[in-house]
Amino acid sequence: MSAPAMGTSKTAHTDSSHKKKKGPGTLATAYLVIYNVVMTAGWLVIAVGLVRAYLARGSYHGLYYSIEKPLKYFQTGALLEILHCAVGIVPSSVVLTGFQVMSRVFLTWAVTHSVREVQSEDSVLLFVVAWTVTEIIRYSFYTFSLLNHLPYLIKWARYTFFFVLYPMGVAGELLTIYAALPYVQKTGLYSITLPNNYNFSFDYHTFLILVMISYIPLFPQLYFHMIRQRKKVLGHVEEYSKVE
Amino acid sequence: MKINKLPVVFFEVEILDAKTKDKLCFLDKYCNCFLVFHVFVSDPQWYPARQSIRLDPKGKSLKDEDVLQHLPVGTTATFYFRDLGAQISWVTVFLTEYAGPLLIYLMFYFRVPFIYAPKYDFTTSKHWVVHLACMCHSFHYVKRLLETLFVHRFSHGTMPLRNIFKNCTYYWGFAAWMAYYINHPLYTPPTYGEQQIRLALTVFLFCQIGNFSIHIALRNLRPPGSKTRKIPYPTKNPFTWIFLLVSCPNYTYELGSWLGFTLMTQCLPVAAFTLVGFIQMTVWAKGKHRSYLKEFRDYPTLRSPILPFIL
Repeated sequence: MSAPAMGTSKTAHTDSSHKKKKGPGTLATAYLVIYNVVMTAGWLVIAVGLVRAYLARGSYHGLYYSIEKPLKYFQTGALLEILHCAVGIVPSSVVLTGFQVMSRVFLTWAVTHSVREVQSEDSVLLFVVAWTVTEIIRYSFYTFSLLNHLPYLIKWARYTFFFVLYPMGVAGELLTIYAALPYVQKTGLYSITLPNNYNFSFDYHTFLILVMISYIPLFPQLYFHMIRQRKKVLGHVEEYSKVE
Repeated sequence: MKINKLPVVFFEVEILDAKTKDKLCFLDKYCNCFLVFHVFVSDPQWYPARQSIRLDPKGKSLKDEDVLQHLPVGTTATFYFRDLGAQISWVTVFLTEYAGPLLIYLMFYFRVPFIYAPKYDFTTSKHWVVHLACMCHSFHYVKRLLETLFVHRFSHGTMPLRNIFKNCTYYWGFAAWMAYYINHPLYTPPTYGEQQIRLALTVFLFCQIGNFSIHIALRNLRPPGSKTRKIPYPTKNPFTWIFLLVSCPNYTYELGSWLGFTLMTQCLPVAAFTLVGFIQMTVWAKGKHRSYLKEFRDYPTLRSPILPFIL
């Protein structure tokens, strides 16, 4: 007969408070620092390119062409971040990161690159500027965090600028997709019609409309997530001021 | 102490909420021979199916049939209660998720208005493979419905309510997508014609019989009303001999059926449905295989979860 103790059985699992937080190893950290520095530099190049082109032309229009190549390189390069999550050297969710990166890559290649007629639209400048400022701050944030010397200014900027940059970027993206619609419909871009041997069809025009509609549930969720993160991160000012 | 010959002993049982540790109820003079089933918190809002009673707040649920005497508790037992959320019976979920594809496919087959151009309303396809495909698809789901009603013996009575929305979206959505193309006026029959269709039908029927044989074999492992688990073995039925190589041949045969249907219709959405189903069934098969290995020391080592020697 077991001793008349209170019957809660002790579990074999270790208490969660004893779990050690495993970060990336030194090699992974070195690689990530290099990656984030390169990305920061890349987006700075885009920023400088935009400013120079504006000063040279004297107008806001058609600045996309002056930064088309670096934009494609560095936005596409962000695909590596999905790999980082999958391998485990970055603690974010693969699905979430994948979704965010793929939406950027989709806009860069499947909309702006593919539909030449929208490249001169002002909406393109709107999202390119939003992305540029966001990414410069984000990648320098990661760089400094990895080196354990994060200036409060960068942290503050990352969790504050989004208030304006997020809606700005979304507006630019939606307007660009909307501008692309008539050309996609006219040319049947990326569309497959019946009849064919695999009994399948795809209408890119309808697909783009569905993508636009998907912003309605998704954008508020991401926006409010950032607001919650801001409260969490910037909320404890006293602790963090000791970092530097 | 001769445990089996012990006189009836009375326990004290207290039930705490797993999250808040509030004392929910206290039962004294609870007989040691009582099943956990009788311990259930008696608030009618929390019907037994949604109650999880466990010895540890983060541990596994106790089963309804567990006897108090055989649990590692002292004379005062503390149980933790967790609300599993609104529940729905497996039978209800299965019937709903299978009835949908059956009816939806038929709507496309009969070309109900507003799906295709008005001139095609209520017409039938000129390709005989389309009629064959409708018969196979309908047969498959009728078989599933009948198995749900008369063959399967479920371990758990219920699952969370939100599953019915998730599952129905999957089954009904894919059924509509497939049916739209197969029954389309511009449908193109398979490249290799009658040869391809005959082979596909053979594979499909073979796997349907196979799948049914496995369901019967699994049912016979379990006496009516019980929830016992035993290792399945090959029987006199040749379709069950696959048990020698595979833990979950019901999934193997199911994959085979849908490969057959893909070949028969040569339709990309069907291939996509087959692929997604295969991925999900592989996940389930691996889980089942792992729990067989954990539960039975003498589990046959030659068996793979779903594909012989491969997966």
